[in-house]
Amino acid sequence: MDSQSQFYLQTKVPSNLFRWWSQFRSNKLSFVALIVYLIIGTFALFAHFIAPYDPTTQFTDAIHIPPSWYEEGQTKFILGTDYIGRDMFSRLVFGAQLSLSLASIVVFLSASIGITLGVVSSFASYGIDGLIMRIMDFILAIPSLILAVVIVAIIGPGLPNAIYAVALVLVPHFVIVTRTAIDQEKNKEYVTAMLLDGASKTRLFFQTILPNIFPPIIVQLTFAFSTAILEIATLGFLGLGAQSPDPEWGSILSESHHNIMFAPWTVAIPGLAIFFTLLSVNLVGDGLRDAIDAEKK
Amino acid sequence: MPVIILRQLLNFIISLFVLTIFTFGLTHLFPEGVSLLIPQDLDTGSSITQIGESVANNGNLFSNYFQYLNQIYQGNLGLSSVRGSSVFDEFFIYFPATLELSLVALIFAVFAGIPLGIIAAKNKNRWPDKLIVSSTLFGYSMPIFWWAILLILFFSLWLGVTPVASRLGFEFDIQPLTGFMLADTLLSDKSYSIEAFYSALHHLLLPAIALGTIPLAVVTRSTRSAMISILTEDYIRSAKARGLSFTKVIWKHALRNAMIPVVTTIGLLISILITGSLITESIFSWPGAGKWLLEAVYRRDFTVIHGAILAIACFIILVHFLLDLLSIYLDPKRRRT
Amino acid sequence: MKNLNTLFSILLFCSLFLVGCSNDSGSTVKDNVLVYCSEASPQSFNPQLVTSGSTFDAARQIYNRLIEFKPGSSHITSSLADKWEISDDGKEYIFYLRENVKFHSTDYFKPTRDFNADDVLFSFQRQWKKDHPYHHVSNLGFRYFESMGFNNRIKDIIKLNDHQIKFVLNRPDATFLATLAMDFTSILSAEYAEQLLAKGQPENIDNHPIGTGAFQLVRYQADAFIRYKAHFQYWKGQEELKELVFAITPDPSLRFARLIAGECDLMAKPLPIHLKAVINYPFIQVMNEPGSNIAYLAMNTNKKPFDDPKIREALNYAINKEALIKIVYQNTAVVAKNPIPPNMWSYNRDTPTIPFSLQTAQSLLQQAGYPNGFEMDLWAMPVQRSYNPNATKMAELIKQDLEKIGIRTKIISYEFGAFLEKVKKGEHQTALLGWIGDNGDPDNFFSPLLSCNAALSGTNAAFWCDPDFDQLIKQAGMISDIYTRTLLYQKAQEQFSQSKPWVPIAHSRQFILANKRVKNFRLAPTDGVYFSGVTLETSSNQENRN
Repeated sequence: MDSQSQFYLQTKVPSNLFRWWSQFRSNKLSFVALIVYLIIGTFALFAHFIAPYDPTTQFTDAIHIPPSWYEEGQTKFILGTDYIGRDMFSRLVFGAQLSLSLASIVVFLSASIGITLGVVSSFASYGIDGLIMRIMDFILAIPSLILAVVIVAIIGPGLPNAIYAVALVLVPHFVIVTRTAIDQEKNKEYVTAMLLDGASKTRLFFQTILPNIFPPIIVQLTFAFSTAILEIATLGFLGLGAQSPDPEWGSILSESHHNIMFAPWTVAIPGLAIFFTLLSVNLVGDGLRDAIDAEKK
Repeated sequence: MPVIILRQLLNFIISLFVLTIFTFGLTHLFPEGVSLLIPQDLDTGSSITQIGESVANNGNLFSNYFQYLNQIYQGNLGLSSVRGSSVFDEFFIYFPATLELSLVALIFAVFAGIPLGIIAAKNKNRWPDKLIVSSTLFGYSMPIFWWAILLILFFSLWLGVTPVASRLGFEFDIQPLTGFMLADTLLSDKSYSIEAFYSALHHLLLPAIALGTIPLAVVTRSTRSAMISILTEDYIRSAKARGLSFTKVIWKHALRNAMIPVVTTIGLLISILITGSLITESIFSWPGAGKWLLEAVYRRDFTVIHGAILAIACFIILVHFLLDLLSIYLDPKRRRT
Repeated sequence: MKNLNTLFSILLFCSLFLVGCSNDSGSTVKDNVLVYCSEASPQSFNPQLVTSGSTFDAARQIYNRLIEFKPGSSHITSSLADKWEISDDGKEYIFYLRENVKFHSTDYFKPTRDFNADDVLFSFQRQWKKDHPYHHVSNLGFRYFESMGFNNRIKDIIKLNDHQIKFVLNRPDATFLATLAMDFTSILSAEYAEQLLAKGQPENIDNHPIGTGAFQLVRYQADAFIRYKAHFQYWKGQEELKELVFAITPDPSLRFARLIAGECDLMAKPLPIHLKAVINYPFIQVMNEPGSNIAYLAMNTNKKPFDDPKIREALNYAINKEALIKIVYQNTAVVAKNPIPPNMWSYNRDTPTIPFSLQTAQSLLQQAGYPNGFEMDLWAMPVQRSYNPNATKMAELIKQDLEKIGIRTKIISYEFGAFLEKVKKGEHQTALLGWIGDNGDPDNFFSPLLSCNAALSGTNAAFWCDPDFDQLIKQAGMISDIYTRTLLYQKAQEQFSQSKPWVPIAHSRQFILANKRVKNFRLAPTDGVYFSGVTLETSSNQENRN
């Protein structure tokens, strides 16, 4: 009996993941996006070594220098400088570090809370389950940015508070995805078969259901990651998240916005950074989701 | 069928109650010294202040909540800290601007998105489809604030073909009768009322496009996937076999059924539009509810923040309710449950 | 497919039509409307209640005062008071009020009588008498009335008849007339006040204003715009400008963008970067006036070595004012040599300008017995003021120069409130300070900053008390004759220049950017805007002239 179920698991779990990964790899676009994302991630990770200057150093005689490919540009400031003479490239690289690390924290927080709630909810009694889902529905009904803005209004602006706000706002997504996935697995034939065979519920859960809900949760993690990057940047832009002189991409844009007529590159380039990061993460997420859908069929 | 509608109505009312519980809880979370229950009143010796104080001193949570509901029902949302004007009145001054902008953005998204979605579905996996799908992906990944700023830079500052900000050129004096600029300009008795109407449209152009880009992507995608699944259905194939042209097929059979998921999508879009309004209004200096809320956050005016959340969420719940009714009408399957 | 194509082409056509259409139209409407991009919403429409410049700007268009400043200068002229008599003892002022002055007629008020002494009585008593029914309305307090000490200065206000009113002062005060030109003495309508009181809406007097001024309020949308129209019965004659709009735009870069795009005709408070960029837009003119302000380095004469006039003189030579103006003010200021700004009457042009010369400073130090310099502290405020955009930066630059002659400087800063408190107590050796004038009267600078009284109260940061100087300004403060006062103040400035309790550094300029079609506009020296007399040049105007 034991050896039989073990045999069962061994063939199921790795081969599922393996097939799913090769499906993903065949989607060329997503794969390229993953590479791009990893490059951005490397920049972020090694920001200290890659950036030529400190992101807050002001070169007071090098204000509004355009990027180096312009006539008035200088090679020592590859992407130009901003309105008080800070090197754009250094700021962006450190900004990448900020954005990616903050988004990771956000996702970690909201996923832990959300997945736990989702698991609890799907195994809980009808009343508790209903209550949790009702609350989640309600939170989802309020637009995420508005909720985040109100939370920040209550606890005050600033980077750590922005993290809490965005994490809170993303929790319902994880709850619902987890619960739906568990529900679907719960009702599958092989689960019923194992129950009939006499497998304990806990064992069933940890060894069978949990590994099989990874794929949709991983997809959700990816999209939550991209949402977190965007929301943090938006809060930074509105002045409610990162405060200057932190080189967060959104707050960089809010500063450059005022000088857009005189230094359009200070707006275009940070925006492109956000855009490409989001694009690559979204493409990876799309690819993952397509791979899972193909798997299901 | 009346049972279904009744059930939806019940859901709607419960949602509203849950909302008030939430906002009631919010008033307790707000920092010291500010509370809806004690609205600031600039006149001395006013009866509103007295009610507020007696409620705050009473310790019973439940009776506080019912007093709170009573106040809300009477439209007393307190006074804004800056000018002392009623939050309730301010909402109805600012919200029509948001509504007008969102509607135009929605119309843009729907009238451009549905055809694009159909084209994509028809040409599935060929180049038009791939182009459209990747464009939607671009739309999703573009931060609204950056996109709006770029649009202003390019069209207003460099080309000079669109205005920089606001709802209307300052030279026009239009009385705010409805709060909707397009209507108010036409209703105005000034000699330049038609000119003002065109100016209002002109001012709507760029913000609506900026706000409507993500909804456009969403509508295109959802139309496309709805169309794809329907086009493979048997009844469509049989219609085609009967010799009907593609357009007739779309109009007579596919579209109505495709609209069902799209109507649901529009419900999702309301959230996106309101979120986007917050940002778009701030960049285009558009005097709407989003900008109103944002400025209240900046100056820590919690009475306004509370009123804005309550009103906006109320509106969203109302729209979801109406859309649910609409989708029940469109989808015969739902009528029977 | 065909249907979709037609749909697309219709949409495309419509959008082109809109874009093309609206650019040309609206130009005739614009001919009669002047749009001013202002920097903030007014707190109220009543200048009695506030001290913010933005509110004064909004209210000034609506009201008149008994006395006003000549446009663009600090000289006073008659307004609602046609002429006046001052008693010999300088304590009684009789004002003869102008006749046939009409109040605004709007949809919320129709006047039944002309302006008379009752209105003057109401406007002052509201601020003065605590038991006046309007004293507590709008609850914001009467800041200026109190800070200019009107409670103490005025003994009584007596209506002699409908067109004569007498002010009795507690002591002779030559600055009284100039103070009457300030915004807080604007004249409101007593009849309107009575009507509102009867209707139970007294606060409307402050947010639905009625005045006698050149423009009346049409509509106000908070944080968006203020619309005015010309008062067709204005006693000076109806304005050529039919409509005036304040487009409230707190973001400076948006103000600039609106100006460039032609949506505004004038832009308030441009940033240095905008002043530089204006070269690219030939249809924009830069207007500037030296502001009514001064930035200075005060040297505490109570502390060594600043009790020695030679040391004070040395410091005057050791500070490079031109460089400070270039770097800190980005050339938006003029070098100062007197405590009062150049556009203030009685400014002494003959005061010698002290050049930047480290050599002279060094030799003065040697003569004073400090060949190797000394140590000192330099206090600088952490906030931006209109007379000094960056005091800490200025302090650093001064420190760099002083090191070269052996003076070691320690820069000290505190939160602004605490900073002012400590300076008042005299804890500093030197401090970078400033002052903005309110009423276009020189006494407004000399008394609070350099008198012996002020040395006692602490607002004289140099704690300098020179008996000759003090006597001169006291006298000038009591005599009403402008000519005599001018002579007295000029002598006072000579005295100041010999003793050098300060290093006067700069008067920052006030700038405004305007479309070239705006004519006859002048900035008030107190950095306010006033649109009476302003006209717009349009293509039709030009034709008529030819």
